[in-house]
Amino acid sequence: MKAFIRKQRYLIDFTLSSLLRRPGKNLGLLVVYSLIVFLLASVMLFTHALRSEARLVLADSPEIILQRMVAGRHDLIPGSYLEKMGRIRGVIGKHGRLWGYFYDPAVQANYTLMVPRDRQLAEDEAVIGAAIARTRGVSRGDFLTFRSTDGNAYSFRVSAILASDSELVSADLILVSEQRFRTFFGIPEGYYTDLVLNVRNPKELRKVAEKLTLRLPDTRPILRDEILRTYDAIFNWRQGIVFVLLTGTILAFVIFAWDKASGLSAEERREIGILKAIGWETSDVIRMKFWEGAIISLSAFLLGYLTAYGHVFYANAGLFEPVLKGWSVLYPEFRLTPFIDGLQLATLFFFTVFPYTVATIVPIWRAAITDPDTVMR
Amino acid sequence: MLLNPAILALSIVSFVVACMMLLATGFGLQVVRHWDIGSGSELQLTMERRTYLISTLVAFSFMAELVALLLFIYNAEQISSQFVGAMCATGVLNVDPYGWPTLYLKIAIFFSGAVWLTLNHVDNKARDYPLVRVKYGLLLLILPLVIAELVLQTRYFLGMDPDIITSCCGSLFTPEGQGVAAELSGVEPGTAMLLLTVSGAAALLTGGWYLFQRKSGIAFAVTSLTTFLIALLAIVSCVALYIYEHPHHHCPFCILKEGHDFMGYYLYIPLFIATAMALGAGAIAPLRNITSLKEIIPAESRQLIGVSMLFMLLFYLVAAYAILGSNLTMVEVWW
Repeated sequence: MKAFIRKQRYLIDFTLSSLLRRPGKNLGLLVVYSLIVFLLASVMLFTHALRSEARLVLADSPEIILQRMVAGRHDLIPGSYLEKMGRIRGVIGKHGRLWGYFYDPAVQANYTLMVPRDRQLAEDEAVIGAAIARTRGVSRGDFLTFRSTDGNAYSFRVSAILASDSELVSADLILVSEQRFRTFFGIPEGYYTDLVLNVRNPKELRKVAEKLTLRLPDTRPILRDEILRTYDAIFNWRQGIVFVLLTGTILAFVIFAWDKASGLSAEERREIGILKAIGWETSDVIRMKFWEGAIISLSAFLLGYLTAYGHVFYANAGLFEPVLKGWSVLYPEFRLTPFIDGLQLATLFFFTVFPYTVATIVPIWRAAITDPDTVMR
Repeated sequence: MLLNPAILALSIVSFVVACMMLLATGFGLQVVRHWDIGSGSELQLTMERRTYLISTLVAFSFMAELVALLLFIYNAEQISSQFVGAMCATGVLNVDPYGWPTLYLKIAIFFSGAVWLTLNHVDNKARDYPLVRVKYGLLLLILPLVIAELVLQTRYFLGMDPDIITSCCGSLFTPEGQGVAAELSGVEPGTAMLLLTVSGAAALLTGGWYLFQRKSGIAFAVTSLTTFLIALLAIVSCVALYIYEHPHHHCPFCILKEGHDFMGYYLYIPLFIATAMALGAGAIAPLRNITSLKEIIPAESRQLIGVSMLFMLLFYLVAAYAILGSNLTMVEVWW
């Protein structure tokens, strides 16, 4: 065992010094290689972080949302439905929610207006999200005036601005009192936008949803798990699309690697010839070349991955933002939580190191079987 | 099909490996028919040179398959959130009828790869390539596995539809159900643990016997393989339950989850390594009468068996830790 390790150590030693003797050629390869890893790793880290962000955000949302459907469209739901559905075993809480969208022509953006349950607001009071405060340039104590559906203008006094650590969900949010919400949108008393139900045991969710559709046939239950699944699927799919698009790049890289590995200079050929003449076996040459590939791959992988990490978590993934995140006037500013997992690394490995190695096997073998006398003559 | 990077990666790997194995097997056929170490013909020289390429290709393929096996399981675990009813890899493998066969084939390829690599290693050490025909003949047997895996895996991934309602581990691994999984779960924990202890002791004894007497390498491989199967049974019937600290949850995949400290990997990885090495040792044991291998095989076998026993011991330690360190107490019920 000791002899084996010592042999590999000498081989690595030799390989490193031979790599350093041709810095230009190997540096070129390293740069291209790292760039490929960087591209793929950025996409991966970014989508993964977005996914976990969505997961975090939805963790506190209610398990079931019940919407009333009229002619296939989402409609206001009467509060009486809360009694009409009766007692369903497993449901530990239910209430109606009031929320809606409002288009503000001044900044050409949509706000989300909502009636909070955890705080009491005076009729003219409003709590706004940080992005709105930024875009409209308002702060605490200022007034915001919107024109309602009936043509009247209503003024809201900004009593607080929501903390920016929740900006991913609260960027475009305006919290208003229930009375003002109803008059502003013209929603009659006793009606809600939707109903929400809290269910303690996740295994009972489907049964509860089934009972709801039986008792209230004009409604549609939406499960939190389903929303999560959709987010997962969307982000995975977007990532997959980007990867498919990048396949061309990977192929180009494979051809490049093949070319680099097979285009040995006369000097390199002579080197291998001399090595064989002084007693190296074909398998030793292959092993040396293997170490060469491993060293280049490892450096490129580390370099690419670390730059991608910096790019995503410190530079907000400037290169891919528009494709993967989506856009809007009131886009939240948020810092992604760094997240690395084994699946990512293994996948990335198969997209970069694996094709590189496959591409270089044949050229390496060709180089290794050269007869010493043909190259040295 | 789900356009998921890991699925793309797995498909690429299987395709490339199948191509490389096709190439290798084509060459293998040539070797089986024309190999003659005594000849100095041009064909023989070309073949001798090409063996380097082929063994590198095959070795690399098996390494890739090994990582792919891990990725396959890990990916199934991760995408379980996307299927209704799936709570772990079990549900995802159940999504269509090709899931489980793909996994079995991957495991079969892993073990045959281990055997092939051992043969290759021993053969390369000898002066006159005594095993070259055996080696490349074996490739002819492995190729169908690789091709079948490519086909089944592709069908499996193509059939993955998020609309499918699959069944979770709770309904599959339950003593009341039907099928192999249910049978495994139905085995009494006491029986499973007894079998595990006996087979483990047998494997360690035969291994120890070899280390001192240089005999019965095949017996060690057989006992190790039996231990492997019994260990899987014991995990389903008993060990996993202690990890979950729940007397009725039999799933062999949920233990791979982060919530259970990835205990599954600590159990499976040593077990698989130990079995792979034991199979390798078993495969070379009958060849020790070949003149040029007389010296090599005993030395190699000793190493393989020693390391295999170490990993097997590690598996037993992890399993013991899982049971003794658990908060689940079944003293009055099972023992």
